[in-house]
Amino acid sequence: MCTYLTEKVAIGGSAKGASGWFRVTEGSVYFDHPVHAPYGHTLNIDFLAPAEGPSARVAVELTAESARALMKAIEAVLESAPPGLE
Amino acid sequence: MYDAVLSETVTITGHEGDAIEAYAARPLTPGPVGGVVVLHHLPGYDRQTKEFTRSLAVGGFNAVMPNLYSREAPGAEPSDAMATARASGAIPIPDERIVGEVAGAIAYLNGLGNANGKIGVIGHCSGGRQSFLAAVSLPLDAAVDCYGGFVVGTPPAGHPLAGWEPLVTKTAELSCPLLGLFGSEDVSPSPAHVAELEAALQAAGKTYKFRSYEGANHGFMQADSARYHPTSAVDAWAEILAWFGRYLAA
Repeated sequence: MCTYLTEKVAIGGSAKGASGWFRVTEGSVYFDHPVHAPYGHTLNIDFLAPAEGPSARVAVELTAESARALMKAIEAVLESAPPGLE
Repeated sequence: MYDAVLSETVTITGHEGDAIEAYAARPLTPGPVGGVVVLHHLPGYDRQTKEFTRSLAVGGFNAVMPNLYSREAPGAEPSDAMATARASGAIPIPDERIVGEVAGAIAYLNGLGNANGKIGVIGHCSGGRQSFLAAVSLPLDAAVDCYGGFVVGTPPAGHPLAGWEPLVTKTAELSCPLLGLFGSEDVSPSPAHVAELEAALQAAGKTYKFRSYEGANHGFMQADSARYHPTSAVDAWAEILAWFGRYLAA
């Protein structure tokens, strides 16, 4: 099924796409059919810079299990980082 | 037997008179032949749906697939266009706009020199729902719904389709015979959804044929997908070509 569900998030940072590095301003997170990953549904994240056009995009399509593991890893790294570095 | 086919990107006039990109394929025969509008799935106007379009031309029909995200990202790579449409809040595309795009695609098909004036529509996944939408909104000669979700059933609160009237309530307005192709393992449409749609078609006295393939899941016709179910897909293609052959004949 197509879930149609999309969560948007404002992002400050950079990503490296097909044309090199660019500043990312927003992200889309959705659980829906992938374009490339060999699964029925995946957790998809688009890192975007709409001001630079549709091709300013870094995309990942992750299994739900991988996405949960990634969330834990991100949380663990952020929690273990010395305070005051942000 | 002469079997040449021409496929190419074209510009058609879509909803509200806007120019949009489309992918067209047609047999290079004098005809007359029927025409089919192809509606792509949510991930976009991609390689495999273009192959669907070419397969219809090889089967003897003029076919055209509007790029439903052409407005949000003209000329963009298809998956980038889908991402832009999502990020801009354009997904789900309003039904009114879909009907306008299909009407434009029909006008394109009827303008081809070898057209016989008969028109069908086919779509898969979200395009399956939109195929049913077109068939209850426009005068058509045949329709095919490949595992379209949310034709039946009420989306939960908070879902992007929440508040949209289930299309099954418009079954009485179906303008043409409907072929439905479903998988027994699908959850949307589930076998219960398929049964509800079938009951509505029977109640309205509509001509239809349903095939539910045992062991097949959502997307079973998509060769690029892990869900591809070859035996079901091969049979489904035979059903599609027979359906359009029967109802789009001059």
